[in-house]
Amino acid sequence: MALHHVKIFSIFERFWHWSQMALIMVLLISGFGLHGFHGLLSFEDAVTLHTLAAFALLLLWAFSVFWLFTTGAWRHFIPTGSGLWSVLRFYVYGIFKGERHPYRKAYWRKHNPLQALAYLVLKIVLFPAIWVSGLAYLSYYAWRNLPNAPVWLENIALVHTAAAFAILAFVLIHVYLLTTGHSFREHVMPMITGFDEVDLTPEEEAYLRTDEPSQIR
Amino acid sequence: MRSLPSLREPCIRQRHAERAAMRHRRIAASTLGRFLTTCLLALTLSFVGQYASAERSGWPTPPASETSGPQISGPLRGGTADHTKFKELKGPFANGSEVTQACLGCHTETGEHFMRNIHWTWSYTDPNTGQQLGKRYLINNFCTNSRGNEGMCAQCHAGYGWKDETFDFTDETKIDCLVCHETTGTYYKTPNSEGHAACSVMLEGKPPLDLVAAAQSVDLPQRANCGTCHFNGGGGDNVKHGDLSTALIKPPRTLDVHMGVDGLNFACSACHVTNQHVWAGSRYNVISKDTEGTGLPGQRSDVATCESCHGLAPHPVDSIAAFKLNDHVQSIACQTCHIPEFARGGVATVVDWDWRTAGKTRDGEGYHEEGYIQGNGDHRYTYKSIKGNFTYDENIVPEYAWFDGQMRYTTIDTRFDPNAESIEINGFSGSRGDERSRIWPFKRMHTWQPYDKGNGTLVYTHLWGEDEAAYWGNYDMGAAIEKGMADFGLDYSGEYGFIETLSWWPITHMVAPKEQALACGDCHTPRNSRLAEVKGVYLPGRDRNRWIDILGTLLVAGIFGGILIHGGIRIFSPKGDQH
Repeated sequence: MALHHVKIFSIFERFWHWSQMALIMVLLISGFGLHGFHGLLSFEDAVTLHTLAAFALLLLWAFSVFWLFTTGAWRHFIPTGSGLWSVLRFYVYGIFKGERHPYRKAYWRKHNPLQALAYLVLKIVLFPAIWVSGLAYLSYYAWRNLPNAPVWLENIALVHTAAAFAILAFVLIHVYLLTTGHSFREHVMPMITGFDEVDLTPEEEAYLRTDEPSQIR
Repeated sequence: MRSLPSLREPCIRQRHAERAAMRHRRIAASTLGRFLTTCLLALTLSFVGQYASAERSGWPTPPASETSGPQISGPLRGGTADHTKFKELKGPFANGSEVTQACLGCHTETGEHFMRNIHWTWSYTDPNTGQQLGKRYLINNFCTNSRGNEGMCAQCHAGYGWKDETFDFTDETKIDCLVCHETTGTYYKTPNSEGHAACSVMLEGKPPLDLVAAAQSVDLPQRANCGTCHFNGGGGDNVKHGDLSTALIKPPRTLDVHMGVDGLNFACSACHVTNQHVWAGSRYNVISKDTEGTGLPGQRSDVATCESCHGLAPHPVDSIAAFKLNDHVQSIACQTCHIPEFARGGVATVVDWDWRTAGKTRDGEGYHEEGYIQGNGDHRYTYKSIKGNFTYDENIVPEYAWFDGQMRYTTIDTRFDPNAESIEINGFSGSRGDERSRIWPFKRMHTWQPYDKGNGTLVYTHLWGEDEAAYWGNYDMGAAIEKGMADFGLDYSGEYGFIETLSWWPITHMVAPKEQALACGDCHTPRNSRLAEVKGVYLPGRDRNRWIDILGTLLVAGIFGGILIHGGIRIFSPKGDQH
């Protein structure tokens, strides 16, 4: 096993990540504006931006889900207990002692166990919660005449707002963790260039050097 | 052979069903397609946002025009007869009724038609509540009652000579054609009875009527004709409605986009379409939510709703917001956003009337005081001995409430708790749960007015008359009520007091150009929402779940604090290897 510069984020993944980042920022800012937390945008402009960004994000997600399953990349997000504790212990203790991060990226496991778990929760809990509630919210006038529609609307708004707070919390932690361990820049660069240091088995290295030379430096 | 038709029939039915299903699919597909197209369009538009908003502002508001043509009066356009050439109208006429007889000589059916309408009968039976309504019977919280005061009040009856119960409602020669149709602007009416000497003075010095000129000038009613009464309801300019004032005789389009002389120049009957002298649009029977829209060409000339011209999706779908606005038609009356304020145009309306102070005299004479200067510079009376104190307001933000179109009146027959804090002259119903209801704007009129304290009823007050009991001139409220009730055989306890009353006036005129309509944020805001008082619905931006906001803020703040602490400790911790 040895560390090598390997392309772990394909061009699509990087596009996905950064456009998702931009859209989520737009959604958070316009959304909390709609909620009445700030007045940077008029309500009309905020609704327009929020709706357009939401549709764009849904489209992006449709492509990403397709991509995850056709490329097999979904396997990166399978939760695992092994190594989870040591990563947790690192962030609450070891990091202050100057210890090394306990996790080494593997070719078929590019996220550490805590990361993978966090992203999985984001993908299967928070994101569905926000887009399902969001679509229901948006289409209120299509179902306003159903019994108890105002109560449903209130609860939908509640779920939507709660999910928004949770996503904002995720964003904060996500960005903060970029500053840990290596430099901020070194954390961000892989999502720009696609290359990061990965622990490769000799077989993986041989495969990449022979069949995918562009994927390894 | 005989079995053939029965075989064919199911086939035809099936084909019909298939065609219907296909049509449904096509409609569904086209709706989806339209939606997606619009999303794409909106996406594109958002990149050229400035351009788009500049282009949008041209529709549907009619642009200002420099010249003003004739008023547009509804379907009937372009006369085929010149009334100045009619020998029947050469006169001379001794009185208005003779003019009417000349009119009826050619317009043979009009008398019969006219005597069916509310301008003649002053009577309306609510089809849902069975209540006897109409000016002839109702009590309002302005001058209170026309009943028994017809000598004065029936100046606004579209007829001649109604001064008491003996008036013949079947005599078509008593119809007043001129008040609605003459266009010289010189025609006027005087009270049908003399009244107290103290009141007669105000009618002195009027120029004599030129009935021939008036008769030859007849045309479809202009705004000024309708306004003679409707702009002056309640005893003065805009006193009653708030959205109907003399400012509408020649309004700029900024005051009313439909009636504006530099815009569409609509007469009242452009919307209040008329069929056999019966008009569309009624305050007694309000269509709160029109679900039919424009109908096919030639149809739907029976309503005065906005939708009957503008349809059920009135906003051009060129943006996400326009989609949402068209959705709002289900919940929000057009008037709510498009009449941001009423009593505009420089003419104030009375919002508060206090009869308790009426009856003060100076040297035994009634008097009045001016105390309010309205937008157009005119002074308004704030006190009259005959009526009490008035409070004026203008450019008023309406009250908003769910309204299903149904008014329930407190009539002379209604009994209420004499100790009630206030009485609604016309309570209305409506709620979010009711599909016919929409959020409507209202003028709220508050009054202290006399009532029967013993029985808990409103009262007919005898205001106008030549006798000793008429309040206007004698200033004895007890005597005026005593007679007002006795004249109609009504039970009166003998003890009157003053009670607070409210009346609600749906606002529907003074529609502003679209650029002055409310913006989304006028309602969807946590502070000072226009709809702050409207219940029964979760309004995004106005409403929130307090606990989610508190927990969410704590979560985010906690994480932020945690990051600061975590980062702080890291800064002061020994640095490890930098791999």
